[in-house]
Amino acid sequence: MNELRELYQEMILDHGKRPRNFRTQENTPSAVGHNPLCGDRITVYVRTAGNRIEDVSFQGSGCAISTASASIMTEALRGKTVDDAQALFRRFHALVTAEGDDTEIGKLAVFKGVRAFPMRVKCATLAWHTLRAALDHAEAPVTTE
Amino acid sequence: MRGGKPLVYLDNAASTQKPQAVIDSITRFYTERYSNVHRGVHELSELATGDYEATREKLIPFLNAACREEIIFTHGTTEAINLVAHGLDARFKPGDEVLLSEMEHHSNIVPWQMLCERTGAVLRVAAIDDDGDILLDAFEDLLNKRTRMVVVSHTSNALGTRNPVERIAEMAHAHGALVLLDGAQAAPHEPIDVEALGCDFFVLSGHKMYGPTGVGVLWGRRDELEGLAPLLGGGDMIDTVTFEKTTYRGLPHRLEAGTPGIAGVIGLGAAIDYLNAVGIERIAAHEHELLEYGTDRIRRIPGLRLIGTAKRKAAILSFVVDGIHAHDMGTVLDLNGVAVRAGHHCAQPLMQRYGVVATVRASIAMYNTRADLDCLAEGIVQAIEMFGA
Repeated sequence: MNELRELYQEMILDHGKRPRNFRTQENTPSAVGHNPLCGDRITVYVRTAGNRIEDVSFQGSGCAISTASASIMTEALRGKTVDDAQALFRRFHALVTAEGDDTEIGKLAVFKGVRAFPMRVKCATLAWHTLRAALDHAEAPVTTE
Repeated sequence: MRGGKPLVYLDNAASTQKPQAVIDSITRFYTERYSNVHRGVHELSELATGDYEATREKLIPFLNAACREEIIFTHGTTEAINLVAHGLDARFKPGDEVLLSEMEHHSNIVPWQMLCERTGAVLRVAAIDDDGDILLDAFEDLLNKRTRMVVVSHTSNALGTRNPVERIAEMAHAHGALVLLDGAQAAPHEPIDVEALGCDFFVLSGHKMYGPTGVGVLWGRRDELEGLAPLLGGGDMIDTVTFEKTTYRGLPHRLEAGTPGIAGVIGLGAAIDYLNAVGIERIAAHEHELLEYGTDRIRRIPGLRLIGTAKRKAAILSFVVDGIHAHDMGTVLDLNGVAVRAGHHCAQPLMQRYGVVATVRASIAMYNTRADLDCLAEGIVQAIEMFGA
């Protein structure tokens, strides 16, 4: 059962049950992420000032892995730059797909156990893909103005 | 083995494991008797054709079909349904109706939606009650003179409901509609008699009844099959071909264009022999006993809700547990060695009907035991402890 504990670490169980920043934001760029395989659906809201991320929140329904991933992501990104966020996503993706290690990734390291469950990688990365889509939308109005 | 525990395979509604006799029949075909069918004049071609056609002969008593012309091999249930849906295009006029149930698998929804898009026909949906039984009065009310086709699963893959298809076929015929039954979840679990069922088309899947993947069967009444336009044109289905005009062969070949999945069909024949040898009545009794045992074991678990509690059910236990997503439950069970399906079971409209995103589904086959269901129950309890639901 070590493998199970390795996947569902206490922090993941905690954030899965009590997600942080689980709220909508008015007049804020957002994107919807959907995993058609399981029906999970999440909306990520990201408020930026220039290149800086001021607030990230999310809403939706999903499994413990996807909910915890979204929750911990929102905490990890506050105050970071958009470039930091993109780099963090690359390192996180490498971590859960076993192509990278858990250095320079802070508490996102709790998702290391996902690599033993290839079927669950999409659960862990759904929020991040959605964030990237939200950031792309966020940039669009900036350039048109 | 999984997580140091012996495998408990409870994902049989998705696909069954294969008896050695089925695997051996395919190996023997490829090593000793392999050739294309219906073509060469050489000995191997004769052997291969004989083995291939022998499965058709076995299906006649297995389904209680009238003759070999009524048995069409396809690459699966989905293709069989599409073959019928496409073949009927010419019979549909704008405003004609296809009636199906709320519990249908995507494979028995989408081909009919596509038919409606091509012909201007309209899809009607018969509701089910909270237990997962079709509301027969409401179903009958939906029948009218525009209803051309009624399509219903014989047994639901997501709920286990064994639908009253005999009654449904009677009602449909009284309104002049044709009836197609999706028998993918029926054939491995109870004796099939298409005459007694009263349907016009019955489709099944090889890999869900201990046979190989890539093979399915369409049974149809001979006169109805004669009226189907072929979905695929090509070799094997023709009589003569000129650039001006092609004439088709008779049934069953007219609906089997191209080289078929020969090994799959031969493996399906071995699976039918296997089912007959064990005895499908015995299988049904064994699975029913396990269904009652399993239902009793898990329904007492606090926070667990069974989805699908019809009076007449196949051995499928679909459920949700408060506060635990189906995928998390699936992973915990997997690490307990218990293989189940977690998801929408290709029945998204049905999931919406029950207000759930996904369920966990344990589906039972002839080789399962009470001990398997004990492992399932223990795994569920462990997940509840871990997630603190």
